[in-house]
Amino acid sequence: MTVRSAILEKFQDVAARLDKRLAPLTDETVLLDSGLDSLSFAIIVATLEDDLGVDPFTTAEDVYFPVTFGDFVAFYDNALKADVAA
Amino acid sequence: MSPPDRPSLRATLRASPRLSDRWLWGRDEALALAEIAHGSCLGGHLEQLAGRSVLLRTGDPLFAALALIELDGVARRIVLCPPDLTDADLPLAAETAGVDAVVFDGALPALRLTDALFVAMRLPLTPLGNPPVAAFATEWVMFTSGTSGVPKMVIHRLAGLTGAIKPAATGDAPPVWGTFYDIRRYGGLQILLRALLGEGSLVIAGPREPIADFLQRLGHCGVTHLTGTPSHWRQALLRPAARAIAPAYVRLSGEIADQAVLDSLKEFFPGVPIGHAYASTEAGVGFEVNDGLEGFPAAFLGRVGDVEMRVEDGSLRVRSARTAGAYVGDAAGPLVGDDGFVDTGDMVELRGDRYHFVGRRNGVINVGGLKVHPEEVEAVINRHPAVRMSLVRGRRNPITGAIVVAEVVLHATGETNGTIKDEIMAACRRDLSPFKTPASLRFVPALAMTAGGKLERVVA
Repeated sequence: MTVRSAILEKFQDVAARLDKRLAPLTDETVLLDSGLDSLSFAIIVATLEDDLGVDPFTTAEDVYFPVTFGDFVAFYDNALKADVAA
Repeated sequence: MSPPDRPSLRATLRASPRLSDRWLWGRDEALALAEIAHGSCLGGHLEQLAGRSVLLRTGDPLFAALALIELDGVARRIVLCPPDLTDADLPLAAETAGVDAVVFDGALPALRLTDALFVAMRLPLTPLGNPPVAAFATEWVMFTSGTSGVPKMVIHRLAGLTGAIKPAATGDAPPVWGTFYDIRRYGGLQILLRALLGEGSLVIAGPREPIADFLQRLGHCGVTHLTGTPSHWRQALLRPAARAIAPAYVRLSGEIADQAVLDSLKEFFPGVPIGHAYASTEAGVGFEVNDGLEGFPAAFLGRVGDVEMRVEDGSLRVRSARTAGAYVGDAAGPLVGDDGFVDTGDMVELRGDRYHFVGRRNGVINVGGLKVHPEEVEAVINRHPAVRMSLVRGRRNPITGAIVVAEVVLHATGETNGTIKDEIMAACRRDLSPFKTPASLRFVPALAMTAGGKLERVVA
């Protein structure tokens, strides 16, 4: 499973769990317009940490929050590459 | 210095009409109360301890019980060390409490006190003719079960400690008490006093005695009245040895007794009365609930009598004649507000005509500014029939500061399948707001407990 598909599945899973209507996700989808709230993102980040072993929000040196779904996937992709390199 | 306001423990025992068939059972020793009432384990030093402030440092709680019986009314003050008080805490505790004598079993405590009398306790008991005159309303100094820093010490007197104890009904079979609590803590001390003043016997847990061994011993001694925290009981019911006991009365205190644990006990001990009591080291025994339901009737708030209660800012406040007199030492601050009420820090919520405990004020998990009491989430999880116990805590989160996560112990291990997890999560989603619902839930073989028998809660 690619990182992208794992994240996509997590978005759908959490949306279903919290009864949120999830917008169709493309790389350009702005996260704030995805239909998810901050609690949803909190759960997504926590459970992705369980599944993938990284939390790029905590490890990142800058205060950064991805704007689009594509940014979000890239954020995890880069963190995982850094994790493997380390 | 206060004169005695009631007969000393030794005098009470000596006046007992049926002392001959009463016992204190330790892990290694069975001692007849008749022998204890008329004997001493202080190696001839009891007289010298009169009027002193005595630090009681014991490895085996049985010795603590013996020393309390001997010193009540004789010592000016007894500082009762709980088992988890570290050697490093001893000097400050001794200094704060003005200790000028140390009574101990086993090895000499790691404490240097000039001019203090050190007395080692030894068995067998030696006969004691006339004990020293009980000239004091001895101050009983207990340690609060603080989770961080040096525990605070509070002063009780026997009259307050025993205020909730009703006289034994004559004609009843003498009760055999047992407690999962350590008797050097408030909850356990209550049971020691109940046994001593209520014409009973007591089975005392040994130091670090495994719960299964203790259950076997309780069964062997014919325990009739058994008490512990909800966590103690959840642990006990996991053990096959729980079948060894057939108590006539079961009591819970020290943590929130949720409906699930009350129902499990009811099922395990059919027809046995099950009560849950509210008490704290500071406020003393508040009240008992005996209708088998969690929480307490709202009507309790209006009651007048020894114990008055009210709810302010969501927390339970108690004013009681049994409230500890004060903290020991000046730095600790006042124990009681101007109006005599103690803020217990226990948060309650009115649902219908009953108040329910929702958790400790300082245990709150903050999820993006919304407050979650771990205990209210645990209560929902614990309702699932496959669940024995659970621990809910906050986990750091970059988005909301914290999120709720849960660890769950099942009755039967190996049942950790997805169905149970799905069912528990469905129950949480049904009964809790989304921010209170655990973001992750995992099954664990066991949960850590504190020395006081409560679930160990780590503040995130």
